[in-house]
Amino acid sequence: MQRIITLTVQNRSGVLNRVTGMLYRRQFNIESISVGATETKGISKITLVVEVSDPRKIEQLTKQLNKQIDVIKVSDITDKATVARELALIKVSSSPQLNSEIQGLIQPFRASVIDISKGSITIQVTGKPDKTEALIALLRPYGIKEIAKTGVTAFLRGQQPQEGASTESTLFSV
Amino acid sequence: MKTEIKNKPSVKKKEDELISGADLLVELLIKEDVKTIFGYPGGAVLPIYDALYRSDQDFKHVLSRHEQGSIFAAEGYARVTGKPGVVLATSGPGATNLITGITDAMMDSLPLVIFTGQVSKSVIGTDAFQEADLLGITTPITKYNYQVDDVRELPRVIREAFHIATTGRPGPVVIDFPKNIAEGISNVNYDTTIDLPGYQPTLTPNPLQIVKLLEALSKSEKPVILAGAGVQFAQASKELLEFAEKYELPVVNTLHGLGNFPGSHPLSLGMGGMHGTYTANNALYDCDLLINIGARFDDRLTGNLERFAQKAKVAHIDIDPAEIGKNVPTELPIVADAKRALKALLKTEVDMPDHGVWKETINKNKEEFPLWYNESEDFISPQWLMKKIHELSDGEAIVTTDVGQHQMWTAQFYTLDKPNRWVTSGGLGSMGFGLPSAIGAQFGKPDDLVISISGDGGFQMNLQELILLKQWNLPIKVFILNNAALGMVRQWQESFYEERYSESLLDMNPDFVKIAESYGIKGMKIRKEDQVEDALKEVFAYDGPVLVDFRIVRSEKVYPMIAPGKGINEMVGVTKCSES
Repeated sequence: MQRIITLTVQNRSGVLNRVTGMLYRRQFNIESISVGATETKGISKITLVVEVSDPRKIEQLTKQLNKQIDVIKVSDITDKATVARELALIKVSSSPQLNSEIQGLIQPFRASVIDISKGSITIQVTGKPDKTEALIALLRPYGIKEIAKTGVTAFLRGQQPQEGASTESTLFSV
Repeated sequence: MKTEIKNKPSVKKKEDELISGADLLVELLIKEDVKTIFGYPGGAVLPIYDALYRSDQDFKHVLSRHEQGSIFAAEGYARVTGKPGVVLATSGPGATNLITGITDAMMDSLPLVIFTGQVSKSVIGTDAFQEADLLGITTPITKYNYQVDDVRELPRVIREAFHIATTGRPGPVVIDFPKNIAEGISNVNYDTTIDLPGYQPTLTPNPLQIVKLLEALSKSEKPVILAGAGVQFAQASKELLEFAEKYELPVVNTLHGLGNFPGSHPLSLGMGGMHGTYTANNALYDCDLLINIGARFDDRLTGNLERFAQKAKVAHIDIDPAEIGKNVPTELPIVADAKRALKALLKTEVDMPDHGVWKETINKNKEEFPLWYNESEDFISPQWLMKKIHELSDGEAIVTTDVGQHQMWTAQFYTLDKPNRWVTSGGLGSMGFGLPSAIGAQFGKPDDLVISISGDGGFQMNLQELILLKQWNLPIKVFILNNAALGMVRQWQESFYEERYSESLLDMNPDFVKIAESYGIKGMKIRKEDQVEDALKEVFAYDGPVLVDFRIVRSEKVYPMIAPGKGINEMVGVTKCSES
């Protein structure tokens, strides 16, 4: 199952290597990872999406991450109300005749065209991975030339549902 | 022993005096109360060695003959003193020669602070002469590592390194030291604060968890304690003894736990695991409450996890939360220092149900299935030899070993009653560990008897360190259990590979007595059991280093045993007639 985990880390050299090296050594498979600065100087945030097959290993995963000396805080936010976003750039085969058709197609996704050339059109989309996946599926028949994704970055919503209240917030559904 | 050096007056450096990074390093080491450094010089650490040469401090540098000797010695030192072992090696090959020892210290949680030289910052990343990416190489095998970026960082880096290495679950910390930093000039400014918001080990147990454990104890009819190395790291042997005696709880030791509970105590079941006692393993199999204190449920202890303590409620006291629940599902996790947890457990008294039947079973097992061995006519029985060594050294020696048969026989038959006298490579299982770690242990405990026990294979992996016994007149007794084979490999080939002894027989061995003599050390060769007693008496009476080549029975195997993949209840070779 997929887990989405955020880490608050001290921005010392090698911290990303420590985190990914540990995951590699302990046989955790990283689906995506994104790193960036936070509002506090010297503190960075890492968002990890990890595939964990054995539920018992989830606890190990957060414990081993916590054990890293540069890691200040670990949150498994998989089952929490979150905002999660990734950005994807998709280059699709196109022609002047097809361009407007494609532009119409991407509109409901609030995606935008950021480059057009003679034989291709490049689209930028932001959202949860299921949204970018849906758009990619829709564009596939035109012939996808290239895709680049940033990986997910995420954090908790300002307000969490009351405990006991039904939460439908699975991984990327909010 | 001539290890004392003259106390030179300490010259106090004035504030704002300019000194080099290397001199600052030496000053900072003194501040950390470092008395002994195990090391080997080379190009990138020339400025540091120059600073050591010029230092007027009360300081010993022990020059090994291979960097692996340095780091194994530092491990031995750390194991018997509880203080951090300090290592210094040059860049590139000097540093990579430390890798086995760093990994060994990581696996066995030993506090080491390791300084590796590095090429100057201006050439890092250019594949310069003797450059190696030590940070990259050591990241997975250290508790933490640093490369010093700026000489002004040095006080903080060194303070943090010693703090990280020695607190929480101890471990090795590497400091990679570019040559230009050692040569850089700086103000003397020791004022520093530790900046480690992500490192706050939990020492005090959660009181609720302690209550829950006592509750479990009050319902248990078949309790057992598993005591690992966490007990002696926390200096909690006294509390462990008190706790075990208070509730009459039988105690199984892990390999590294040996000595933290008196081995000759009626409540001691000896070592558990692959070559543990039948009684210990049976108790671990059959118990209804397993209290693990500072052990990590290593696979050599548990055997097949599906058959390990299946009927038991498992409680686990450990300072490292990541060890709890890693291998064995745990109902009662207690993250704490072992001493504080035991003290908390001792505060409240609970009534326990009578566990007389359990004690009876255990005592019956002890009587019926003790460790056993064969007498020998031709060569020496290794187990009998261990008992003799134990007897004639009053069971009081510090004992170091390599890995393999001799290690298991020592663990089985050199019964330890005191903690911090047992130095062995457990987690990593490194050959060549015994002799250098004995050297480090002797530097740590100059007045204690130190015995280094190796096989003929492992001894040859670091025999170059013998010269240190001569050079420093270390009165270490070096015992080689010589069966002209890599005994444990040979044993597994006999048992599991139909006696195909692939590359495990050492038919060509050097003359170990002559080796000793060429290093200026007394050497003896003992072939028969009837020579052993006199020889040992002579060895222990001799004030100086001795090497003894004991010719042991070549085909002797370590028993009892849990075969690979088998459960802890499936021991073979439990009694003499059940062998094979």
